[in-house]
This record gives sequence, structure tokens and C-alpha cells, in this order.
Amino acid sequence: MLTRSRPSESKTRVPPAGGNGAVAEGTSVSIRGVGHSFGSLHALEGIALEAAPAEVLGIVGPSGCGKTTLLELVAGLREPDSGTISIGGASAAEDRLARSAYMPQRDLLLPWLNAIDNAGLAARVAGASRTEARRQAGPLFDRLGLGGFELTRPEELSGGMRQRVAFLRTLIAGRPLLLLDEPFASLDAITRAEMQEWLAGVLAGDRHTVLLVTHDVEEALYLSDRVAVLTPRPGRVAAELEVPAPRERDRAAAVTSAEFAELRQRALHALAGGEG
Amino acid sequence: MSWTARRLRPALAPAILLAGLLGLWEVLAQTGVLADVFGIEDFLVPAPSEIGQALWEDRSLLADDAWVTLKEVVLGFGLAVVSGVGFAVLIHLSETARRAVYPLLVASQTIPIVILAPILVVVFGFEIQTKLAIVALICFFPITVNTLDGLRSVDPELLKLMRTMGASRLQTLKRVEGPWALPYAFSGAKVAVAVSVIGAVFAEAAGSNAGLGHLIDQANAQLLTARSFAAMVVLSAIAIALFALLTLLERRVVTWRVER
Repeated sequence: MLTRSRPSESKTRVPPAGGNGAVAEGTSVSIRGVGHSFGSLHALEGIALEAAPAEVLGIVGPSGCGKTTLLELVAGLREPDSGTISIGGASAAEDRLARSAYMPQRDLLLPWLNAIDNAGLAARVAGASRTEARRQAGPLFDRLGLGGFELTRPEELSGGMRQRVAFLRTLIAGRPLLLLDEPFASLDAITRAEMQEWLAGVLAGDRHTVLLVTHDVEEALYLSDRVAVLTPRPGRVAAELEVPAPRERDRAAAVTSAEFAELRQRALHALAGGEG
Repeated sequence: MSWTARRLRPALAPAILLAGLLGLWEVLAQTGVLADVFGIEDFLVPAPSEIGQALWEDRSLLADDAWVTLKEVVLGFGLAVVSGVGFAVLIHLSETARRAVYPLLVASQTIPIVILAPILVVVFGFEIQTKLAIVALICFFPITVNTLDGLRSVDPELLKLMRTMGASRLQTLKRVEGPWALPYAFSGAKVAVAVSVIGAVFAEAAGSNAGLGHLIDQANAQLLTARSFAAMVVLSAIAIALFALLTLLERRVVTWRVER
């Protein structure tokens, strides 16, 4: 059984490791009436989404629906043309930058650093010494299934392992909000299923708020507490689906359950342009 | 096949070719055919054996001058690395600097060194500074251009990631752009080191009292062509040795696989 993030169940939870002293407790995210265009291309229109502290909000949509743009807006890398986005009540771009950790689609590990130093990059940027950064990342290597690979260079790691290191780098950045942009899109189907199970396990004991962007309905439903379905060009919220917890930890069992099949049906219907 | 044989095998073809060419040259020079073809006196066309003889007999002379040239090349090259990387970083960080400095850097490469060298000799005299300036002038450009290419070719997604981590401009330079550009800088430096000896010879030819360029000038004036060729052999050896050293250093420093 997989239950998510109740304080009483925090035995297995990953301890927050602050990159700059910040405690990685979840925060609320509020996206209100956000629209964004690139020239004449309307990428997003009237997006309204809320995420509660420690919630995993899945955002699913077809390619080109502006999912990545939405994450970049939340991250504070861009300012929306209209509407406001606030994280923990603060809406200035620099506050959003300081409160969120972004995990890009490709792992973007630095080839000249070993796994543990890659994982500690955000901490180093925040001013930690190499020893300090390693001390933060070290204990998590075992817990995230990376034990023994601390000193391995990225080029010697498999795609799934690289993604784990990239996730760890995001996790220990010490920000309350994690923005995951298609974290497993570059992996083959089998590794991908494994990684989804892995991430479900990691998130189960974690208090970060997470926005998970993906084009894979199953992935979004399996990993999230709630899923927002976006339409393509301009991206609009077509449906919001509650995913009933608790879910099965066993991915194969979870995604083949009748309840899951019904949710997937509704999501696909919404994606195809119907009302959720 | 033994380990040694396997290692030496790739060197076999070039070695045979080189030996063949030297042998042909030896025969043509000894029989006077080359001199006849060029319409010059026999003694002006040294055979490889005579060049070898000159290398041995003039060894202390060659060693003294080689030492002088080696110092000029190494110091001039060092100066070029510092200024080349410095210019690249400056241009990369500041658009204003790029607009101001870049045209001047390109222009500096259009000035023929043959003409500039004597002028610098007039200004600085026979001192080593003149040689360093000329070697550095020839060497810094490939280093600047390659390093700048490297700094600019960083994956933009990576720069975006650094922004989300709250990295300052200098932190991004230090942690991402610098290491990323390192292999590019090495490429530039290898080109530079190969031409650096040419710069040193130009500088010495323009006015000096020591160095291999000076020795070649003098030997030519005295029609000692074998000595002149021997000096050239030493010069090439210096360039090849420096190139090899740099390649070795690159392998020690750039230990990751570079994708371009």
C-alpha cells in the first residue's frame, strides 16, 4: 500500500537536506489566470491550478501544449504575459526561483563530475564546500538505490541511474517545490516503469510539493495525488482528476486496477477534447 | 603477435616511407642529380647523412641556440595562453568588450609578422621581450578563438539549470562554462604550439644574436647548408615535443568524453 506524506507515517521519509539551510517542507503553489504567448503562438491560456503543501500535482498533455513553458513560468525563469503565479504566497520571479528546484527532461549531469558531486551541485552553488555537499548527498545515495555509485562518472551510469542522480540533485537543492519536467521521457519502457515505481517510493515518504509534467497519462495517474489535463495550443486545463489514495506500491497491479482504468479513460477523453 | 609488435605495427608504414624518402634523397644528393636539377653547386645540396653529421658535430652550438629558442617559445606560448584565455573570457562575459576588442584581435592577425618583427626589434631591441611578443602574437589567436567557441557552445539547457539553482554569472563560468570550454582551449593551444617555433624563428631572423633562427641565418650566409638543415631538424623536434607534452597534459586534465 502506498500512502503519501502523512506526518504520522514519516518513518521512511527522506530527511530534508537544506542546500542553503532551507527546510524542504512542502509549500503551496497557486497559478491564477496564467496566459503566455511566443509571438503569435498562444502557448497557454487561462491556466488556473492550485497545489497544496506536500501534494504531487501531475500535469499531463500532448506535445506542444506548453507544459514545459508552464514549468518555466512557475520556476521563475519567465514571467507570464498575464495572470500570477505564487509559491508559498510570494509571486516575484526571484522568489519563485529561490523556492523551486527544477529537474529538466535530460539529466544534464556534468561529465567531469562524479555522481555525488553532480548531486551536490546545487548545494555547491549555494555556497557549501565539497565536503559539506557530499555529506548532504551521501546518505541519500543508499536510500535512492545509488549506493556504491558515488564516485562513478555519468558516462558510466545507465540512463535510469543518471535520472536518479539528477533527481537527487533536485531533491537536495533545499527548495520546498520540485518541478519535474518529463523526468523519464528519455528512458526505454522497461526502465521507465522501474523508475516510476522508484519515484513513487521516494515521494511516498517525502514532504516536498511536486509539479510533475508528463505526456504519459499512466505515469501522471500513478505518481500524482491529482492530475490536471491540458489541451494543446493554447494550453488550457481540460480536466482535473483526483487520484484516490492509497494506491498499490506495485505498479503493475496499480495500473491494471479497474479504478485506474476508469481514471485513465476520463483523462484520455479530456485529452481528446472532451470535458472531464 | 607480441605486445611490442602490436604497439609498433602502426608506426611501420610511416617509418618505411620516411626511410625510403631519406634514402632517395641520399642517393640523389650523393650522385649530384639534385644539384644538377636545381642548377647549383654540389656542396649546396646536403645529403641526409651530411645533415646527421652536422647534427653531431655542431651539437654544442645547436644545443645552446636550441635552449635560447626553447625559452622564447615556452615563455611566449605561456603569455599567449594567459592573454588568449583572458580575451576569450572577457569577450564572452561582455557584449561591449566583444564589439570593442574582437575586430582588433582579428586585425592583429592580418598584420604580416615578417613586416612587424623588424619594427618590434627597433622598438624593443634584441632583448627577449621582442621574441616573446612575436611568439605570443602568433599563438594567442587560435587559443582565443577556440576557447571562445567552447564557452559559447555550452548547452543552453545547462545554463537554464544553473539559473534555477541561483548561480551567479561567475559561478556558471567556473562550474560549467570553464570546464566545458577546456577541451576547446586545448585544441587551440595545440595549433598554437605547432606554429610557435615559426614565430620564434621569424623573431630571431629579424634581429638577434642567438637562437636557432639566428643560427640558420648565419649558416645560410656562410653557405653551410647542412648546418642550416640540422637546425631545422632541431626546431621541428622542439615543436613536436611541445605538441606531445600538451597532448599528454590534455589527456590528464580532460578525463571525460567530449561530445561536439
